[in-house]
Amino acid sequence: MSDPTSRPDAHLPAQQRTDMSAPGAPSEAPGGIKSPQVSFRSAPSLEAPVFEVGSLSVYYGSHEAVRDVNLTVGHRQITALIGPSGCGKSTVLRCFNRMNDLIPTARVVGKIRYHDEDLYGREVDPIEVRRRIGMVFQKPNPFPKSIYDNIAYGPRVGGFKGNLDDLVEETLTHAALWDEVKDKLKSSALALSGGQQQRLCIARTIAVKPEVVLMDEPCSALDPIATAKIEDLMEKLAEEFTIVIVTHNMQQAARVSHRTAFFTADVDDKGERHGRLVEYDETERIFSNPSDRRTEDYISGRFG
Amino acid sequence: MTAPVKEVGAPAPGRPMLAGPRWRPGESLFRWLLLACLSVGIVFLIALLAYVVGEAWPRLDSRLWNNFPSIRRPENAGAQSAIFGTIWVISFTALFCLPTGIMAAIYLEEYADQERWYNRLIELNIQNLAAVPSIIYGILGLGLLARQLALGTTVLTAALTLSLLVLPVVIIASREAIRAVPQSIRHASLALGATQWQTVWRQVLPAAVPGMATGSILALSRAIGEAAPVIMLGAVTFVMFNPEGLDSSYTVLPVQIYNWISQSRTEFHHLAAAAILLLLVILLVMNAAAIWLRNRYARRW
Repeated sequence: MSDPTSRPDAHLPAQQRTDMSAPGAPSEAPGGIKSPQVSFRSAPSLEAPVFEVGSLSVYYGSHEAVRDVNLTVGHRQITALIGPSGCGKSTVLRCFNRMNDLIPTARVVGKIRYHDEDLYGREVDPIEVRRRIGMVFQKPNPFPKSIYDNIAYGPRVGGFKGNLDDLVEETLTHAALWDEVKDKLKSSALALSGGQQQRLCIARTIAVKPEVVLMDEPCSALDPIATAKIEDLMEKLAEEFTIVIVTHNMQQAARVSHRTAFFTADVDDKGERHGRLVEYDETERIFSNPSDRRTEDYISGRFG
Repeated sequence: MTAPVKEVGAPAPGRPMLAGPRWRPGESLFRWLLLACLSVGIVFLIALLAYVVGEAWPRLDSRLWNNFPSIRRPENAGAQSAIFGTIWVISFTALFCLPTGIMAAIYLEEYADQERWYNRLIELNIQNLAAVPSIIYGILGLGLLARQLALGTTVLTAALTLSLLVLPVVIIASREAIRAVPQSIRHASLALGATQWQTVWRQVLPAAVPGMATGSILALSRAIGEAAPVIMLGAVTFVMFNPEGLDSSYTVLPVQIYNWISQSRTEFHHLAAAAILLLLVILLVMNAAAIWLRNRYARRW
């Protein structure tokens, strides 16, 4: 899986891609609980899921941005959310670490359980949530500080007591950025290239040792080479973290993810878009044999 | 259908097809009009400066800051007490209004729910307060601070009153600076599990400091040149000593200038011009500091 040359064959039939399933995923029970299809080999299990989403709707004011989403995110898997613009996939992603709280008009209805705990429960502290569930944004957004301070920021605000120098080196090594930046840790993060900045943002996120990393179109502002590096990194990180990624790039979803959720948008008579989840399944199945006509149209480029 | 090129301003034979008129009267007229408007300001400023320098020339020496005012002997009179009074008053004004104004701006930008009517009312009123004439603040300071709270006509009263005067400007400037910090920085910080206070203190404020400093210095420059409210507050025009504390009597440069101008002897007029130059130099230094701060700490994102 870590061999990048195996990635471009994502569109090949499932039998030839089976070696791409997560090495870190539990290998029992082909198909998993929620997956009705059991014909694929080594499908990642959904036992002990990280997130269980049930009947989730998100409103902005009175506008229902996305309605009735049901999906389950597996432990140490990469789950991709794909679909056309305005289908609510980023909105759903932001529910997972309560970033939607920052939008005053946003309202979340339905159930999101994180390890059997209600993410929107009365006693839940969004700060605690975000320490366990990190996020990488669409545009690289390093702090206007040194590379070192960018990595150290999360641990510092979290009250980290250990050796920061070690943590920074360990984190940057982990994010495959150490060799590129070890000689300029004290220089501004803004001097890095776009791709390096985005990998720094990923490193910054894993420095607080979260369980989940959410990525909101992390490569959409990057060139193909930088994108390939980030995809390599994601595959490596999936051994240790659960990753949910929103992407516009279907090849990317096919290359890196274990499961894919396809969203689409219904336009009502007032011209407002309501996102909905069309299909959620193993990535192989979504891309080789989708059960919904709309999914097939989208992945074959007939719309969107 | 004929080719449009031929119809549009058909060029004289022998000239290239793309040739235009050599001279467009409207364009030049407009350009000269703009330049004329600009020169009105520049010409008057230069004339004013030349006049003041010419007037002040006989008295531009160390007597100005070494000596105290004198009514009887203008050749020995100086403005030391006014210089020190100005420094005292403006320092304490800065001390009072900067923390208050910056914190009020943080509340309005980072904490206040803009949808609430009372926050919108506060916002609107701050805009209005910035437009209130300074003499009104003088009356407020006299009635409330000097009389009601019995602070008297002291450095403290003047500093507090001038703080109130420039507070709205400081708040507005600080809000602009805070608003200029990209939202993505806040989101990045919050997504790492930082609290709102940590986000403001460690990310937003450091990034907003240059903007807040420039705005605040410009606001203080306004306060330093104010004569009306401090006259109201009993800045004495003839002070033979420098302030020694917050409860001292005081005078400031604009009041001293006002006093000398109203004297009949021309020697005092030279003295006033010299004091005006001094005040202008102080203002220029403050503005230069603002520009330097902005360039030194300006951030790119």
